[in-house]
Order: sequence, then C-alpha cells, then structure tokens
Amino acid sequence: MTSSDIPEGSQALDSHTVVGQTLASSAATRPPLVTQLHDWVTTVDHKRVGLLYLMMSLMFMVFGGIEALIIRVQLWTANNTLVEAETFNQLFTMHGTTMIFFVVMPMIAGFANFLVPLMIGARDVAFPRLNALGFWLSLMGGCTLYLSYFTGKGLLGGGSAPDVGWFAYAPLTSPAYSVGSSTDYWIVGTAISGIGTIAFAVNTIATIVTMRAPGMLISKVPLFVWMMLITSFMILLAFPPLTAAQVMLLMDRHMGAHFFDTQAGGSALLWQHLFWFFGHPEVYILALPAFGIISEIVPVFSRKVIFGYASVAMSSAAIGVIGSSVWAHHMFTVGMSDSLDAFFSATSFLIAVPTGIKVLNWTATLYGGQLRLRTPMLFALGFLGMFLMGGLTGIMLAAVPVDWQISDSYFLVGHFHYVLFGGSLFALMGGVYYWFPKATGRMLDDRLGKLNFWLQFIGFNLLFGPMHISGILGMPRRVYTYQPGQGWEIWNQISTVGGFIMGLAFLTLFWNLAKSLRSGKPAGDDPWDAWTLEWMTSSPPAAYNFEEIPTVRSRRPLWDLKHPEDPDWKHE
Amino acid sequence: MIPRIHVIGLTLRFPSLGVTVRCAVAIAVIMVWSSLSLAQSPEFSQGNDAPDMFNPAGPNAESIQEIFWVVIGICAVILGLVGTTLIWFIAKYRERPGDNSEPPQIYGSRAIELAWTLAPLLTVTLLAVLVIATVIKLRADPPSTAAHRVRVVGHQWWWELNYPDHGFTTANELVIPVSEPDLAKPIYLQLESADVCHSFWVPRLAGKTDCIPGRTNSMWIQAGEPATYFGRCAEYCGTQHAKMLIRVDCVSQADFDKWVENQKADAVSDDSVAAGRDRFMEMACMNCHAIRGTRAAGEFGPDLTHLMSRKTICSGLALNDRENLTRWISKPDDLKKGCRMPDMRLTEPDVKLIVDYLLSLK
Ligand code: HEC
Ligand SMILES: [Cu+2]
Repeated sequence: MTSSDIPEGSQALDSHTVVGQTLASSAATRPPLVTQLHDWVTTVDHKRVGLLYLMMSLMFMVFGGIEALIIRVQLWTANNTLVEAETFNQLFTMHGTTMIFFVVMPMIAGFANFLVPLMIGARDVAFPRLNALGFWLSLMGGCTLYLSYFTGKGLLGGGSAPDVGWFAYAPLTSPAYSVGSSTDYWIVGTAISGIGTIAFAVNTIATIVTMRAPGMLISKVPLFVWMMLITSFMILLAFPPLTAAQVMLLMDRHMGAHFFDTQAGGSALLWQHLFWFFGHPEVYILALPAFGIISEIVPVFSRKVIFGYASVAMSSAAIGVIGSSVWAHHMFTVGMSDSLDAFFSATSFLIAVPTGIKVLNWTATLYGGQLRLRTPMLFALGFLGMFLMGGLTGIMLAAVPVDWQISDSYFLVGHFHYVLFGGSLFALMGGVYYWFPKATGRMLDDRLGKLNFWLQFIGFNLLFGPMHISGILGMPRRVYTYQPGQGWEIWNQISTVGGFIMGLAFLTLFWNLAKSLRSGKPAGDDPWDAWTLEWMTSSPPAAYNFEEIPTVRSRRPLWDLKHPEDPDWKHE
Repeated sequence: MIPRIHVIGLTLRFPSLGVTVRCAVAIAVIMVWSSLSLAQSPEFSQGNDAPDMFNPAGPNAESIQEIFWVVIGICAVILGLVGTTLIWFIAKYRERPGDNSEPPQIYGSRAIELAWTLAPLLTVTLLAVLVIATVIKLRADPPSTAAHRVRVVGHQWWWELNYPDHGFTTANELVIPVSEPDLAKPIYLQLESADVCHSFWVPRLAGKTDCIPGRTNSMWIQAGEPATYFGRCAEYCGTQHAKMLIRVDCVSQADFDKWVENQKADAVSDDSVAAGRDRFMEMACMNCHAIRGTRAAGEFGPDLTHLMSRKTICSGLALNDRENLTRWISKPDDLKKGCRMPDMRLTEPDVKLIVDYLLSLK
C-alpha cells in the first residue's frame, strides 16, 4: 500500500501556486523572480503562509543566537569588559524578546498553518486573508523591534535597543527611568506581533472547529491538531491582557497616565500580574504544540499507536485550565500573602500531574515498538529527556521557600531553557526534519541531521546544565559581569563552550536545509510510512491540498488504508 | 584508517588527525583570545567565599536547604525511574534490521493510566503540604524578642540601611550582632525601594525578598557565626544592576554595641581638613549626601557621616581607601558606568582636599 492508491494530486492547475515547485523545480520552469516574490507576498495559501512564518523564525533565530553568543563570551571571565553594561542589558532583553516572540511563536504558527488543514483534510483555513494578515503583523512587529538597533547611537553603539528585560518590569519602564524611545520599540514591536498572534489563534480555532473532513470527529483529530486547538484558546486568553497592559504602559509614557507610576500612586505589582497572566500561559502556548509534534513523531517512528490518546488530549486540556491559574508563581518573592503563595504553589505542583502523564504516555508508546532512530525521532527522544529535566527543576521552583533562593538566579535560567529550548525547540526541530519532505518534496540529509542532533544535544547540556550549579552558588541572572573568587568562572566557561557547540549545531541545520533544498533525495508522498492525512497527498501538496476530500473513520486514516485487515476504528 | 564509533543512531567517523588538530588549535586560540584579550578591569574581589545557598549560616537558610534536599530527593527518584525506563526502552526496542512487520498495537490501559495519575497526585500533595508549612514557619515573626529592626531601601544601585531603633542611617554594609546558641538575635528587615524594583538576597542567610516601590515587605535573617556574608540585588533594576552588592557583617555583641555607639554620634569635626569640608559644602555634594553635624543633608546618595567605618564603597564594588575614593570622585563612571552620581569635573587639588576630608569621617 503506497501512494499508488492515492490520487495523483501533484498536477497543479497553475504551476506557481504549488509551494514546492517554486522551491524545488529546475530554474527553467520558474517564473521570473519578481513574479515569484509577488506570489509569496500576496499569498493567502495556508501552506505558503506557514512557510513564511518558518522562514521568519529562522531569520530571527540567527539574530537571537548571535546575541546569546555575545552574552556567553562576556561572561567567560569575571570583570570582563567585552561589552558595556548598557549593551549587555540590551542584548539579553533583545535575546529573550526575540526568542519568545519572534522565533518560537512564529515557528509554532508556521507548523500550525502548514499542517492543521492538511491533517484535518481541509482545502484551506477558515480565514485565509486574516491568516496572512497575522503573519505580516508578526513580521512587522519583529522588524519594528529590530529597527531600534539602528536608531539612537546606531548599530555599533547598540542603538536604542530596549534594555528593560523581556518582562519589562514597571517602574523601570517609566519615563523617569527609561529615557528615550527604546522601551517604546519594545512595546510597539511586541504589541503589533501580539495582535498578529491573536488573528492566528482565531483562524486556527475556526478552521479546526468548522473544516474537518467528513467522519473526523473532534475525538479523532491528530493530537497535533488537539494541541493547536488548546494552544489557540490559551492565546485568546493570554494575549489580550498583555496588549492591554502595553497600551496602558504607552499611556503612562506618553499621555501622563499613572497606571504603573509608583510615585503617583500607580502600582508596580499591577504590571507584574498583567504580564505574567500572559507570561505563564505563554510557556504552555510554546510547549503544547511541541507536545503535539512529539505525539505525531514518537508513534510513527516507534511503529505504534499512541498509548492513551484520550489521556494525552485530556491532560492537555487540563494544562490549559490549570496553566491559566499559576501565573503568580513568577512572583513568590514579591511578598504576597501566605494564602496566595499557598494557592499558586499548589496549582503549580498540580500542573506537574497532567504534564507527567504525557511524558509517561510517550514513554509507554515506545514499549514493544520497533524504534526507527532517524533524525526526527532523535530530536523527539532528546525532547523527552530534556523536558523531563526542565519539568523536575520546575517542581523545585514551585516549592515556595526554594524559589526564594533560586528564583532570578542562573538556576532559573537553566530551568526555563530546559523547558523552552530542550523542550519546545527540540520538538520543533524534530518537526522540521519530519515535515520538510512534505513541504518541499525532498528529504533532509539524515547524516547531517544526526550530526546536527548530537552537536545540539551535547552543546545544549554543556550550555544549560552548569547554570543550575552557578545559580546554586548564588549567581543572579541578568548581570553583565561578576566579581572573581566566588567559584562561578568554571561553570560559565563550560556554558560558553557549550554555546559555541550549539552555534555549530545550527550552522549544520542551515547547511542541511540549503543543501537538501537543492539536491535532497526526492521524498515521495509518504517517506516515513506515516498515518495522518497530510501524508496522503503529494509532496509538496497542491494548492488545493486534496483532489478529493478524504472520508475518515479513525485517528489513523492511513493505517486503516494500509491495514484493512486490522483497522484502527475497530479499537477506538 | 579512520576510527569509527557507534552511538545510538549515529556512526561517527572521526575526521583525520590533521583536521582534528587544526580544529582543536582553533578552539584553543579562540578561548585564549577571549580570556586574555578582553582586558579585565581592576575591580575588587568579593573574597574567596561563594554566596552558596548550600552552605547556610542561619536558621532561615537552613530551613530552605532542608526542604530543597527533600524536593531534590523526590525529583531525583522520578528522574531515575523515568529516565532509566526511557533509556531502557530506547536500547531494547530498536528496530531489528530486515524486520518490516508492524509491532502489536497497544491503544492504552485504564489501570496503568489511572495509577500514573494518582501516584504523582499523591506525591505533589505531600510536597505542597510540606512547602506550605515551611512558608508559614519562615514568614512568622522572628522567634525572639531581642530582634533588631533595620529598614532596607533599595536605590539604583546601592542600599540605604536605616536603624530606626538607634536613629542613624548607613549604606551597603549591614552590620548585625551574632546569635548565640542560647540567645537568638534575629534581624527584622523592612524592605522598601526609592525608585524601581530591587530584591534583597544574601543566599547564606535567607532567600530573596523584593523591594518594591510603594510597598513595604519584610523578612528576617539571623547568623550564628561572625563572618561577612555576601549578597546582591537579585531583581534586574537597570544599567548597574550587576554591581549592586550587599555585605552583611556579622560581629560579636560587644563589637556591635561599639559600632552602634560610633554610628549614633555626629560626624567628627577635624579642623585639619576644614578646607576639604568647605569644598564639599560648596559643591553639589551636600545636595545628595548627608553628613550629620554639618549642613549636608541630601538623601539621594549614601549617608557619609561615618564613611570610613565602611570597608567598601559603591555598594561593595571597591575597597574604601584613598585611591578608590579619588578615582570615584574624579570620575564616578570609571568604577560604575552609568551610575547616579554625576561627574562634577573637579580639579585635582579639589579632589585631594575632599578626599582628605572624607578620610576623616571615621
Ligand atoms: C546627584 C547626586 C550626587 C552628587 C551631587 C554627589 N553624589 Fe556622591 N553619590 C551619589 C550616589 C547616587 C552614590 C551611590 C552610587 C552607587 O553606589 O551606585 C554616591 C556615592 C558616593 C560615595 C560612596 C559612598 C559609599 O558608601 O558607597 C562617595 C564617597 C561620594 N558619593 C562622594 C561624593 C562627593 C565628594 C560629592 C561631591 C563632589 C558627591 N558625592 C556628589 C550621588 C551624588
Ligand atoms: Cu537593584
């Protein structure tokens, strides 16, 4: 049972509306460059919008990565003077903002855009134009933020890039302490992209709710789609308060309002609550899609159905609910009352349960399987290990008195990189290796992919592992330098070496992408022998995705096709 | 003859010796370059004492360490169990070459899933109870009536320390009496901020508590051993956040009493440095700094009444000696770029006169 049973969908009506043909076909058949560019800019095809999001994400990943490496070199020794205090503060602010808002968010939106309609057997998304608007707003937000480097003192002086940290605590952002326009760049850039993200979420929800193929009940959608549905609801809950807070801050800065102005009776804590009411759900917004990707990759490469579909889906819904009521665990040091501390500590512990359930479900899926350790699977397994670590250090941080010690130390920096990088980004990179063949019609090189994985796995642990130790030794985050004699140097040096190994890993990724795009092995429709609908159509899919809308009876429609003697729907 | 090594899923072919050597040399050069060529500024070191939270010196930090070990223990057990299973499964269930059959499909198991929902639920419930009990214990009022009170006010980028029971103010070096085994002497801290958010953190004594403008927080510390404990601002507060250090000097009761007596007194008035004092009072210095017993009553910068009783200046950044004072007053940005004390472009003789005066403020 291969692609021969599936209608030849790749004969597009109009050649340049097919994603991959512009990417992978020979130069002779390509329309002129201007036409191609015009097509990309004006596209409302969900697959192209998805790829645009991914390209944007890779571009900002380069920027954010360079910022991180400068930070690492600066911290190589005590009292280092490679960059000045102000520049360093701009670097970590830009690094954090970039990675959260302009790397991981767009990467998630990219995957969701490309995959959700294909996975649910739809021809497009519900609101294609709103969707395109969402992308362009996100990109413009990123560009606005990065423009700040070129203003003020110019690029080499760090321009007037924001230096208030990615959570921009009041009243450091007030006109009295943040002179000039740097903070305005931060507010406007992230607010614009936030509006784009809201548009994306609305569209995703509408698509999943209204456009599923016949027979695909909500209890039969692939887990990635489930996760995107929950994520989108969380976005709708979390982003509007952030946007509102940002508007309030702009009013403080330019219209003489006093929401956060403590000298005039405003409240510094109000900002913290509003920000983390966004900020903590945001962590799950970045993590749930990764869970979705893992829930697709692990079964296919173990050759087994996911263990406990319902509990993976339901525990994620539980995360969506509990995850919206843990935000003040970022604020255990602000002196809340005992009862608030107790409440937020309890909810933070509680959320470990549904998260743990999923890790166990994935692990159980491996049991009795035939593990094919190709690159996507390596990243997925890397994710499992790293995310487990990040989850456990998260439990430590939820223990309030322990948090009083390690919060805002390098331990915390280590923790959230294990969650967001070892967790989200590892899974997303596994997703790149898994779905690249679908998007382009070519395989990514598996040997380079494995090199990429191992460099990244080793570099990652060298980089972020030692941070737990320097944190326990009392090193706070966000310091541009430190005094010698505290035993911090060696841990920072290991981190820096790890950072450069990670740099190599990303160079390998980019090299692999460039090389495989030109000359990768042709992929065929279904290179991984997978089970969800996107593998039923051609690679790359035609603009209309499916020649004939498939009818679905189970969670793994292609399994049913390939194993008519023992179809899934008999077991569900 | 290229050596190979098989790791999970990857056959590593080591590059030839030449390439390896070249790479190693390149990496070494980069590292030596970054450690040497990046000049080091001659700042003062904190001494050979890491502010290590696993080396607690008071009951507050000790309680936290205890619960930290409990949490680490539980997490280590979970990591061990899940991690081992994971690695075991990966090793055991690798695909068998040539075997293309699909393994038996297992759709789930109510019993197993229920078990691994309830077990973690029980664990975290226990943890939550333990944690909340510790919070209540540590938040309770200090366990002794012999408590001293200190008002700690965070400023960009230094600490104002006010002893309300004795009526004086100092900066950056918190002096406290040592607790004896049979007589606890906790220090009750009242935390405030004059500008942006800061956080008071001395890891060997206690966890951190934020100093938030418009709010008063509190915490207590207690030390059982006379020593200097290092800490710092732990909430990002702007340009020089990294150099907002604090020192807690724990001394014997007798030394503490002596120190308090000295702090309570007005500044020494030494006529041999009258010229310097006049310069100080003519300049803007007096608008920002207070020296009790003189006209200077500014509150924007540290109180200088007994400047020379402090070992360091600029929140623990530099030793308090003639050289550093001269450097600081002639060009504050040299020590702490972007700091809130302006460069007043004093002439060299003026600086010398003023420093002579400052050195008299015992
Ligand atoms: C605009 C206000 C301002 C003026 C004017 C000013 N200072 Fe300061 N001064 C400060 C601040 C703020 C600090 C704390 C800097 C820090 O540690 O970040 C400081 C710190 C100091 C210190 C170190 C105190 C300590 O314990 O760390 C000395 C000494 C000092 N100033 C002397 C002077 C002298 C002498 C003058 C006049 C020539 C002067 N200052 C003028 C604001 C001022
Ligand atoms: Cu501070």
